[in-house]
Amino acid sequence: MAKGRRYFGDGLAYLNPSDLKGRLIAIEGTDGVGRSTHIEQLQEWLEVQGYGVITTGWTRSNLMSKTIEMAKQGNILDRWSFSLLYATDFADRLEHQIIPALRSGFIVLADRYVYTAFARDAVRSGDPAWIRNVLGFALVPDLVCYLRIDVETLALRVLESKGMNFWESGMDMKFGTDLYESFKKYQGLLIEEFDRMAEEFHFEVVDARKPMEEIQDALRAKILPLLRNERRLAPKQAVQAGGESAQAATASPDS
Amino acid sequence: MTPPTHPPAPSAFTFDQPHTFPGKLIVVEGIDGSGKSTQLLLLKKWLESQGHNVIFTEWNSSELVKETTRKGKKSKSLTPTTFSLLHATDFASRLYHDILPPLKAGMIVLADRYTYTAFARDAVRGVSQGWVRKVYSFAIRPDLAFYFKVPIEVAIDRLLGGTRGHFKYYEAGMDMGLNPDLKESFRIFQSRILAEYDKIVAEYGLTVMDATEEIEEQQEKMRAVVTGALEQYKPKRGGHGKRAAIFWRRFGVSQPK
Repeated sequence: MAKGRRYFGDGLAYLNPSDLKGRLIAIEGTDGVGRSTHIEQLQEWLEVQGYGVITTGWTRSNLMSKTIEMAKQGNILDRWSFSLLYATDFADRLEHQIIPALRSGFIVLADRYVYTAFARDAVRSGDPAWIRNVLGFALVPDLVCYLRIDVETLALRVLESKGMNFWESGMDMKFGTDLYESFKKYQGLLIEEFDRMAEEFHFEVVDARKPMEEIQDALRAKILPLLRNERRLAPKQAVQAGGESAQAATASPDS
Repeated sequence: MTPPTHPPAPSAFTFDQPHTFPGKLIVVEGIDGSGKSTQLLLLKKWLESQGHNVIFTEWNSSELVKETTRKGKKSKSLTPTTFSLLHATDFASRLYHDILPPLKAGMIVLADRYTYTAFARDAVRGVSQGWVRKVYSFAIRPDLAFYFKVPIEVAIDRLLGGTRGHFKYYEAGMDMGLNPDLKESFRIFQSRILAEYDKIVAEYGLTVMDATEEIEEQQEKMRAVVTGALEQYKPKRGGHGKRAAIFWRRFGVSQPK
C-alpha cells in the first residue's frame, strides 16, 4: 500500500512520497458529527494493539492555529484567504507532523482532511477545481471514513451539546440572520458536497446516526484490513505491546 | 455509477484573461536592488500630479499574514509550500480588500510586486511551477507589468552601497543553505530568480525596463508606456480629485485631461 502512495495533484516537488510506510487514515464528516470522540477511541484501540499513532486536527498547526483564530474574530475572510489560510495550516501539519510520522511507520489519524476544505470552498464558490489544485500537494490517504448524518439529526445533536456557532452555521454566507435556519441550510449544502465526494473519492461511509458503539465497531472494521499485523495480534497479546513499546512494535520492516 | 455533478461555476475573472473593470492595474517586478520601488514611487507622484486617484499596494503587507510570516521565519519552520501559501493568502486578502474595490470604482492601482514574484521565487525555492500558477489563478491580470531587469552585480552594489546597506535574510535565500556568506548566498539565490524572471517575461509578455539606466531616463520611458496604456482610460474621481489638480497647478505641473 505504501509503495503506491501518491499526491492528489502536483505534489511536493521536493519530496518523494514512496518511502512513507505508515498508514494515513482520514475521518471526515461535517461539524458536530462526532469525529473527535471516535478518533480518541480509535487511538486507544490501536495503541493497545501496539501501533504507534498520532492524530492531527484541522487548524491545529503550530504555524497557523493562532492566525486562524484571529482571522475568525475579524472579517478578513474572503473566499480565497479563507481557503488559503486553511491550506497553509494543512501544509504545515503535512510537512511537520503527517509525513515525518508516516516515514517512521506511525498510523496517522486525521480529524478532517482536504475533503473538508473541498466541501467548504465548493459551497462558497460553486467552483470545485481551484481548491483541489491548491491542495494538490496533499497525500492521498489509505482510507477515508465518512461519518454521514442527515441535517435534522445533526441540528439536534449540536444543540444538545455545545450549541450553534457563527462559523458552523455558515453565517458568513449571509443566508439570513436566523442562526438555526442558516445552520440547516449551510450544513445541508456541506453534507450534499460530502455525499458527492463520497462517490467520487470512494469514501467508506459510516452511518453516524447509530449508537456510539456501533459506529466505533464499524470504523474498526474498516481500519482492520489496513493493519499489517492484523492476524498476529489477537487482542490479548496486544496488551503486552501497549505503553512504552508501542513504537517499537510498528518499527518492524514491512512484509 | 453517475458521475458527481456540481452546479456551474459562477463567471469569475481569471488570470488568463484581461479584466473588464473600469480601473487600471499597473505592477512592477524585479529583484531587490533593481530600483523598481523607486520607479513606482515616481510614477505615483506623476499620476497624482495629473489628477488621478491612485491606490498603492505592496507585496506581503497585510497585517495578519505579515505577523504569521514573521513568526514562521523566526522559528525557521517555513517550508517552500507554507512559505508560498502564506504569501498567496496575503495576496488574496489584498486583492479582495485593496485591489478589487478601486479597480471596480475606476481607479488606478499600483502594485509593488505581484504574482510574478511568487512564480519566480517559489519556483527557485522548489515548489512546482504549475502548482503555484494554479494557486494564483484567481488573480486579476494587470493592464501593465514592468520588469526591471538588472545584472546581479549592479543589484548587489546598489544594496551594499546605497539605500539599505545590507541584505535581508530571506531575500538572500539564507534559509536554503546555499552559502554561509550572506552576500554569496544573495548572489546565488537572486541569480536563480533572475533566470526565472526571464522565463516569466516571455510567458506573460512583461514590459522589460533596462534597470541600469539613470533613474530619470527609466522614469521617462515608463511614463510614456503608461500614457499609452491610459489612452482609453476614463478617470473617475470623487470630490477631492479636483482639489488635487488645483493643488498641483501651483507647482506648474500640467493639468489633468
